[in-house]
Amino acid sequence: MTLDKQQLEEMYRRMCRIRYFEEAVIEIHSSGELIGPAHPYIGEEAVAVGACAALRDSDRIAGNHRSHGHPIAKGGDVNRAMAEILGKSGGYCKGKGGSMHLADFSIGILGESGIVASSVPIATGAALAAKLGKQDFVSLVFFGDGASNQGACHESMNMAALWDLPVIFMCENNGYAITTSYKNSVSVDHVSDRASAYGMPGVLVDGQDAIAVHEATSEAVRRARAGEGPTLIEAMTYRYEDHSLGLDRIRKSEYRSQDEVDEAMKRDPLPIHRQAMIAHGFATEAECDAIEAEVHAEIDGAVEFARNSPFPEPGELYDDMWATPV
Amino acid sequence: MPTKTYIQAIAEATIEEMERDQSVFTMGEDLRQSVYGATAGLVDRFGEDRVIDTPLSENGFFGAALGASLCGMRPIVETVTSFLWVGMDQLVSQGSKMRYMFGGQAELPVTFRVRMFYARGAAAHHSDRNYPVFMNTPGIKIVCPSNAYDAKGLMKTAVRDNDVCLLFEDGIALSSRTEVPDNDELPDGELLVPFGVANTVQSGTEVTIVGIAGGVQHAIDAAKVLDAEGISAEIIDPRTLVPLDKESILKSVAKTGRLVIVDPAHKMCSAASEIAAIVAQEGFWDLQAPIQVVASEQINVPYSPALEPLIYPTPEKVVDAVRTVLD
Repeated sequence: MTLDKQQLEEMYRRMCRIRYFEEAVIEIHSSGELIGPAHPYIGEEAVAVGACAALRDSDRIAGNHRSHGHPIAKGGDVNRAMAEILGKSGGYCKGKGGSMHLADFSIGILGESGIVASSVPIATGAALAAKLGKQDFVSLVFFGDGASNQGACHESMNMAALWDLPVIFMCENNGYAITTSYKNSVSVDHVSDRASAYGMPGVLVDGQDAIAVHEATSEAVRRARAGEGPTLIEAMTYRYEDHSLGLDRIRKSEYRSQDEVDEAMKRDPLPIHRQAMIAHGFATEAECDAIEAEVHAEIDGAVEFARNSPFPEPGELYDDMWATPV
Repeated sequence: MPTKTYIQAIAEATIEEMERDQSVFTMGEDLRQSVYGATAGLVDRFGEDRVIDTPLSENGFFGAALGASLCGMRPIVETVTSFLWVGMDQLVSQGSKMRYMFGGQAELPVTFRVRMFYARGAAAHHSDRNYPVFMNTPGIKIVCPSNAYDAKGLMKTAVRDNDVCLLFEDGIALSSRTEVPDNDELPDGELLVPFGVANTVQSGTEVTIVGIAGGVQHAIDAAKVLDAEGISAEIIDPRTLVPLDKESILKSVAKTGRLVIVDPAHKMCSAASEIAAIVAQEGFWDLQAPIQVVASEQINVPYSPALEPLIYPTPEKVVDAVRTVLD
């Protein structure tokens, strides 16, 4: 294993941070404090954390609608993320973006997108800038099995492979596009099988195992930095919650069985990582407990920060429209 | 002063901006062979990395241009009005919204050079004049040069602007010639035309004619006819629709009391509609007659040469509209 104790613990810390953050979002939503939709990432934490552990701060990521986890995994600030979700001026986007549009350009988070697959061309373009501008960074885009069916994905993968761009296409296959199952929407067994159509490697990885995701991503990053072009990684994962908070109609539907959900939850990424650290002698039970307690306090602090942050003033409505004023 | 065609002006602006700034590059379909005429010789001059022939993937490469612009590059994308529809998701959902949505973190210095072909028997799929659609899309600057001088000066401003700019190259003006100074004839050594500053093409006293893009030439041709009849028309070319120099239009209407707007777009929710609404709201008491709009008929572009010319503005229609407001 190339990861050391400090890295493994940091990965665990960030997985806990995502999990507890999402649990807090669900609680806030159920209390009526959060108005808009929010798409919990619970169950998929190992993908974001494993992938981002293979990146540098200067590397770029782009996400999707289910994207609270991606910026947190990249090192984002949970205070500003939570404040943004509550529409506060202390949020990452000063309350202009909300849950589906977290961004922190200072650490390479080029932002999330509510239109499924529409970040894929953006990340491809970031990689184009790296190549044309001889800049030392790679880009990585998170998208789902549903997004894999969009033309934007196809067009981007073709261009990226054609031009040997330093981009990693990270497909989080959680089995469902809202309620439509993978088998009802994708014509091949695996999204990663499609890589051969573009002449790039396709890698299938266990998305519940952050260490495995890190290893697969590290090889893709090595290729990208070496000028060898893009890689498509498909991480097999599972979405514990339903598509979006507040969509009770979906919650009550029967597109998947409770047995299936229960079975998937037996492979929870947090205990898998915790047990791996302990089994390999990288951490003790007490150390893991301490991390969990610290992160719980951190998330409590984030909720408090968000609640105390003021709403934007009406006078801010027209701010941030133009980079070159008119 | 030398005269140049509209296409030459665009080509000159592209070369000058690429020479000035290494982060400027061009991408689009068939650029290296210069299928649309404005990119001839570019690849020999700047190399394949800066003159990129893309696959036929407008949504993909519009998005790639936007993504590259977030990371320090300044792409010039060449495309055609009708292909904007193909790349609409990236253009609207990302290009127009990222900056605002991310609280001002994003800068998107992309210039889309959009060739606007019409009135040449190309039928409904290749004759779109769709700039008004983007006026209804906050977050995009809309540039509509009517002549070679403005094409060069506005294009250079667009490339230096840090927001998404759509520059509509009017197909009926492409081979028209205008005096365009060489850089050594200019005090600053280069030609830059600012956004949001209308051009008073000619001064007059009895009617204001606002022309959009190719509509400006129709206004000029109509004004000659009217002048022979002793009618004095003032012609205003807004040059950019976003930002729009409404003050110049209102000031002119305050002087003449009458307004005719010539717009090659379809008339419903056109640039002309917006200008008419502004003048009705803010300049109503200056008006001596109802505003007249000369825009394209609200019908798809037919192919037959017996039908297509019927739908567009013409100098004759402009003259008739002026007679109506003077009646």
